Amino acid sequence: MAQAVAAKEEQTDRWAIIWDWITTSDHKKIGLLYFWTSLTFFFVGGFLALGVRSQLAVPNSTMISPDVYNQFFTMHALVMIFLALMPMSVAFFNFIIPLQIGARDVAFPRLNSFSYWVYLFGGILLCSGFLFGDAPDIGWTGYASLSSAQYTPGASGDFYVMGLQVLGISTLAGGLNFFVTIINMRAPGMSLMRMPIFVWMTMITVVLIMLAFPTLAIALFALMMDRNFDTVFFSATEGSVVMWQHLFWIFGHPEVYILILPAFGIISEVLPTFSRKPLFGYSFVVFSGIAIAFLGFGVWVHHMFTVGVGPIPNMVFSTTTMLIAIPTGVKILNWLATLWGGSIRLTTAMLFAVAFVGMFTIGGISGVMHAAVPIDYWQHDTYFVVAHLHYVLFGGTMFGLIAGTYYWFPKWYGRYMSESLGKIHFWLTLIGFNLTFFPMHFLGVDGMPRRIYTYPSDYGYELWNLVATVGAYMLGIGMLLMVWNLIKSVRSGEPAPADPWDGRTIEWTTASPPAKHNFDATPQIRARDDFWDKKYNRTDEAEPPADEHIHLPPGSYVPLLVSFGLMLMGAGVIFTLWISVIGGIITAVGLFAWAFEPND
Amino acid sequence: MASTDHHAGHDEHATTTGITHNKMMMWSFLASDCMFFGTLIMMYMVYRPDMADLEIGPNQLLDIPFSSLMTFVLLMSSLAFVLGLSALQRGNHAGMRIWLSTTALMGLLFLGGETFEYLKFYDEGITIGSNIFGTAYFVTTGFHKVHVAIGVIWLLGLVLMSYRGRLGVENEEKVEIAGLYWHFVDIVWIVIFTFVFLVPYR
Repeated sequence: MAQAVAAKEEQTDRWAIIWDWITTSDHKKIGLLYFWTSLTFFFVGGFLALGVRSQLAVPNSTMISPDVYNQFFTMHALVMIFLALMPMSVAFFNFIIPLQIGARDVAFPRLNSFSYWVYLFGGILLCSGFLFGDAPDIGWTGYASLSSAQYTPGASGDFYVMGLQVLGISTLAGGLNFFVTIINMRAPGMSLMRMPIFVWMTMITVVLIMLAFPTLAIALFALMMDRNFDTVFFSATEGSVVMWQHLFWIFGHPEVYILILPAFGIISEVLPTFSRKPLFGYSFVVFSGIAIAFLGFGVWVHHMFTVGVGPIPNMVFSTTTMLIAIPTGVKILNWLATLWGGSIRLTTAMLFAVAFVGMFTIGGISGVMHAAVPIDYWQHDTYFVVAHLHYVLFGGTMFGLIAGTYYWFPKWYGRYMSESLGKIHFWLTLIGFNLTFFPMHFLGVDGMPRRIYTYPSDYGYELWNLVATVGAYMLGIGMLLMVWNLIKSVRSGEPAPADPWDGRTIEWTTASPPAKHNFDATPQIRARDDFWDKKYNRTDEAEPPADEHIHLPPGSYVPLLVSFGLMLMGAGVIFTLWISVIGGIITAVGLFAWAFEPND
Repeated sequence: MASTDHHAGHDEHATTTGITHNKMMMWSFLASDCMFFGTLIMMYMVYRPDMADLEIGPNQLLDIPFSSLMTFVLLMSSLAFVLGLSALQRGNHAGMRIWLSTTALMGLLFLGGETFEYLKFYDEGITIGSNIFGTAYFVTTGFHKVHVAIGVIWLLGLVLMSYRGRLGVENEEKVEIAGLYWHFVDIVWIVIFTFVFLVPYR
């Protein structure tokens, strides 16, 4: 059976290969699609960031027009959050989670491919605003009623609303899929407290997705109704102008944890592997993850301290925000204790993971500073906040994802990434990152507002802005180096064995890259860090016989069709409703085909 | 999608929890759907204090006896559904078709009653854009109506499948999952009915 599957894989015809990728329901291929797509969008976002930084390099600059500048910083945030960081986390969910829990695929393979195509089409829809010169320019938070039709009459607000709405469908479908997968498809013996930490953090992340994204969906739906169908949800006279901010941040703060928890999971795999020690305080790490997710729903007003919701709510939310630093601090100490006394190997993945701990701690501490209301009054809407959020999202999430890339790349392609290039990449990134974002603390404290187009020359902002811009270009060069490393390693990297790092979890028991069916025999889990335990502690274990009934779902083009229909439905609201009708018909036909497509 | 159903007999393909993927998915989706409705109802509650003073608002428009009747119809549809499921589990296919059709019919009756109310409001000059009550009322109940309509289509699809002989006793879980959805939509209506209709506006 296994050979038959492998033989089927060997398609030499180019179109057959492309068709195979388009219709695939294999979690590993979808994972790689996610990875390369999100990396592409990361460079789109990075290009926009360099546009912003170039404009701010010198005072009184008019390099790009104010309108374009507004589109640049808005789209930079949207692309990075919704099209680069989250999907790159999902790339890791896709490739790694089924391997780590000993499953053949996710619970709903076609839904998984649907998630990917909706993500791709939603991303194209969101970015296509640039083609019409009307990309979203209202800040990634899109505050209503400033984003309602009265104050943002063009299509930019519609691209924002419909793009995010379509992307939300993708995220929600993926979230539900991975929740069911982790709950229901673990190998025999893998109890919850034997799951690898990355699986745990993923599960917490997808629960956050399931509970937070509906709020964004409703908020966007209401804004769409306000903009296009004359409702008055966010109208200043009849509705409420603060409502949007509440809804957005009830989604927005859990979203921060949706972005960071997968990175927590990744480095909780990388640090123990390269310290040759089990993760210190496994259950503390798990439960503080749960505590972070729980508290994450109770802190949203800290984005709104200056709105004027009153001293009591401000105080309450200030307290909960400070509370959330406790489980986060617990994790940081656990990571440090994992390193303590370990036999450390400073591979590129390990360097990024260690840098993650340091950079994320800086971002975390400046976060606690904002939690104090009087300090937030001072720092709100300044570059200090920009510095803070980039320390957690770049120094945190992105460093974690890069660490994961170097760590799992051998599993993806059966080849190592170049370590020497990797180390240059690391130092360029670390230095460039700190050059870019650390000066922003100073700028913020000096009162430079965020999202500002330019600044006069006598405010003392010149030096640090120039330093930040130089750092940003350095960061860009570092990331280009990573792409070069990736492409070079895919083609001609040093071949990697199944277990290149002396790993601890069961994804390293499969071949690199894994066979289409992942495992010849269903793994039997007998310990936390089962593979490590098997290698070094158990001697009595006989290999279980290979499964005879390996069932793999066939590919399907239907998810692509439904996704395309959804994109047209969204585009119709922006242009003309006839497109929505066509999209609706395509979606309905696709769903019908989906329901009745034989899938066994 | 139904891969595990096929091998339910073999231990190695059983799910970790013993609950099938499809059913687990429905439960997870409902958890998520709670937040959709939760957000809408919360918004309604925030706007509620402003509604009492409107020239044409809930105090002038809401017809509690009529909507109570509609609520009763919707709640009874859940009973009809349970009778249909129980009929299928006992192998009584004709009984299942009758009860599931009844459930769908009651859902349609509810949708008809709600539409009647919409038209009545429209005649009074309340549209989705006329004031905050129109906006919040039409969007909140409309979102629920879409759910009911999807449920009705689903139920009729099940009845059709049964006529074609594709819904045997061994597939009773398909009906059970539709039931989870249908009961959820009913329960949400109880909350909407309470907060939109019953609690006085002042």
